Amino acid sequence: MARAEIAARTLRTDRWWLPPLTTFVGLLLISIYAAFRTFQGDYYWVDQYHYLTPMYSPCLTEECVPAASHFGQWFPALPGFLTPPVIIIPFLLGFRITCYYYRKAYYRAAWASPPACAVAEPHSKYTGETRFPLIAQNLHRYFFYAASLLLLINIYDAILAFGTGVGLGNIILLANVALLGAYTLSCHSCRHIAGGRLKHFSKHPVRYWMWTQISKLNNRHMQLAWASLIFVCLTDLYVALVASGTISDLRFIN
Amino acid sequence: MSYQGKFRVWRGDDSGGALEDFTVEVNEGEVVLDIIHRLQATQAPDLAVRWNCKAGKCGSCSAEINGRPRLLCMTRMSVFEESETITVTPMRTFPIIRDLVTDVSFNYTKAREVPSFAPPKDLAPGEYRMQQVDVERSQEFRKCIECFLCQNTCHVVRDHEENKEAFSGPRFLMRVAELEMHPLDTADRVDQAQDDHGLGYCNITKCCSEVCPEHIHITDNALIPMKERVADRKYDPIVWLGNKLFRR
Repeated sequence: MARAEIAARTLRTDRWWLPPLTTFVGLLLISIYAAFRTFQGDYYWVDQYHYLTPMYSPCLTEECVPAASHFGQWFPALPGFLTPPVIIIPFLLGFRITCYYYRKAYYRAAWASPPACAVAEPHSKYTGETRFPLIAQNLHRYFFYAASLLLLINIYDAILAFGTGVGLGNIILLANVALLGAYTLSCHSCRHIAGGRLKHFSKHPVRYWMWTQISKLNNRHMQLAWASLIFVCLTDLYVALVASGTISDLRFIN
Repeated sequence: MSYQGKFRVWRGDDSGGALEDFTVEVNEGEVVLDIIHRLQATQAPDLAVRWNCKAGKCGSCSAEINGRPRLLCMTRMSVFEESETITVTPMRTFPIIRDLVTDVSFNYTKAREVPSFAPPKDLAPGEYRMQQVDVERSQEFRKCIECFLCQNTCHVVRDHEENKEAFSGPRFLMRVAELEMHPLDTADRVDQAQDDHGLGYCNITKCCSEVCPEHIHITDNALIPMKERVADRKYDPIVWLGNKLFRR
């Protein structure tokens, strides 16, 4: 028996193309900004107020401003156009790329697989995440571990910046780590590690409580993914503007 | 308030078919299934439609309304403009029998491929004891009414007929998850999910969750947790080592 003979790719009458288009444009703009700032190699540290942009934290090469290298300079200066963030960006990018929300976002927006529900995809063959390279999406938990470590470093940076007083930059750095923390905690792998993998919650009440709390955050994973991504860029922009002298930091104390 | 609504309904069978235009009376408070019934009663007595409870609980009247997989009985006419032409078509993923009725036996085949509940051997029926907190994850999946809208909308089989053999679809991967998370089930469901039911084909684009009339979080609560369990088993050397050392 054959399927019903309907030639149209979709009969949807709503603007189904709008969410994938918005996602695509949003991710493209953020990628361009992040790439520009990564390879700019400057304006990442405000010496007066000890603001370090999260995109350059930790700053681990010898070309870093010494005061910005809170954890030392482990590597020699990188050759050519390479800048300090290229050491940490792969981990941050890996965490976002293998994230279960972002997978949905770019599979739909960039790969049209499918572009929207009940809209035919343009590909003649589909194997999903069964083989290389997409089978590597299963490594999400390792990027989660790495991103958690980098988050702790960001928190340390944000606390350290309070040593010179309190300004708008401190509040922004603090809000940034709060959003990054919420996004990282709401991760599906984190939910699984905390308690999801258990068969009997009743035997592990603490892990069950953690799973319950993470599940609440997990319901907002998409919103937290976007909020934290946009806010990282805004935090970086603020630090860059202050560091370059374009604007001055609004100080509350000192 | 009544008005004359414009409808396009797919009519045909496996030898061919087309969308036919109808103008049908629509009354306040009606759902799309009411209109299809009025169409049968007044203009197209041979129009085939599968339905039963008219309450969103039997899962019989699955179809596509303006291209979106939905239950005919749970789609209110009030969500449409009076001037709008409403298109009603059968589910695309399954073979057509006639008009709005499809052959959903693919799902019954896949259901039979999931090994049934396997309680501990020393436990007889009537002796099952479990805590609510342990069983409630599985209970969410028991809300499924088997309307197969998730199976219909999943692009893995909707757009790729050739994947039907390897991929069981969200409904039955959810069934595997239900059993895997059940506190008294002893069977090993993790390898089954990946190797026998094609969990790896799922790219978590969440259309199954979007169309579920029972609002089950199929992707977040069943498919992703199963993917994580598969990652534990097959792709995580640290968990493997932990299990070896601590015999969890």
